[in-house]
Amino acid sequence: MQDEKHPEDCKQVFALLSEYLDQDLAPESCEELRKHLEHCAPCIEFLDSLKRSVRLCHDCGLSETPPPLTPAEKAELLAAYRRWQKRS
Amino acid sequence: MLSETRLAIPDRAEEVELARALLEGDAGAFDRFVDVFRSKIFQYSYLMCGHREDAEEVAQDTLMKVFENFDQLREPERVRPWVFRIAKNACLMKRRKSVFAPVQELSIDDFLPHSRDDGAARKLEIADWSALPDDQVLRAEVKAVVRRAIGELPEIYRAVILLRDIEELTTEEAAQVLDVSQEVIKTRLHRARLAVREKLDEYLKSVQARVN
Repeated sequence: MQDEKHPEDCKQVFALLSEYLDQDLAPESCEELRKHLEHCAPCIEFLDSLKRSVRLCHDCGLSETPPPLTPAEKAELLAAYRRWQKRS
Repeated sequence: MLSETRLAIPDRAEEVELARALLEGDAGAFDRFVDVFRSKIFQYSYLMCGHREDAEEVAQDTLMKVFENFDQLREPERVRPWVFRIAKNACLMKRRKSVFAPVQELSIDDFLPHSRDDGAARKLEIADWSALPDDQVLRAEVKAVVRRAIGELPEIYRAVILLRDIEELTTEEAAQVLDVSQEVIKTRLHRARLAVREKLDEYLKSVQARVN
C-alpha cells in the first residue's frame, strides 16, 4: 500500500499477503505481518478483498462441465485399463 | 469392491481410494474414477487451452495415458498431481499459440492500489468488497468476470492459479506438476491472485457506479 507513514512496511506486507492467507509464512514473518495489520486499515481492507477474490475464484472455477462420455470413448478407456491389467 | 454410493463432490480421500482400488485390479472403481478426473481435467484444460473441443480431447488423451501407464503411479496418495502432470503435457501438445511466444511476466508493483488522504485517514481507491452482489444475474456476471480474468492471465500464471486455487493442489504438488520450484509457485500464485482481484475490483466499481 502506498502508506505515507509506513510505505516500505506496507509494500513488504503487500508482497506477502498470499503466503499469509495460505498460512505459508515463517512464524516470525507471520507475527510481523499480524502486528502491521493491527494498525494499518488500508492493508486490512486490501487483504479482505484478496481473500474474497480467492474464494470467488475457487467457487467460480469449477462451473464448466464436459459433455457426457460417449460409449466409444468409454470403451477406449476401459480397453486401455484392461490392457494395463493384463500386463501387470 | 467399492461402495455404490457416489459422492457429488470428490475429495482427496475418495480419489486415493479409487486409485488404490484400480491399482489392485478392482474395475468397479473405473466409472467413478473416470467421472471424477475427466471433469477435473476438462476444467483445467478448458481454461488452459481456451477451446472446448481441445479440452474434450485433452481429457480423453490424458485418461488414456493414465490407464496405459497406471503402474507409474507408485503412491495412490499422489494421484491428483500425477494426473495433472499428464494433463499439463497434453495441454502443451494442443497449444494453438506459437510455442515461441515470449513469456509474459506480471510485476507486483502494477497491482499496488492507489490511495488518497481524506483528512482523517488514508483511504484505498478500491471497490466496496463487502457489497458483493447477491442478485442471481450479477452473480452470473461475477462468475464470468472471474473466468475471463483467469483466461486472460499469461499462461505461466494461469496454470498456477488453476492448480492451487481451483484444484487445491499444495504448493509442493503444483511445483512438481509444473517443473518449477515452490518459491516460483508462490510468487506466480500471488501475482495471479492480484491480477484476478484487480479485474474483480474494476467490475465491482462499475456495478457500484451503476447503482449510485
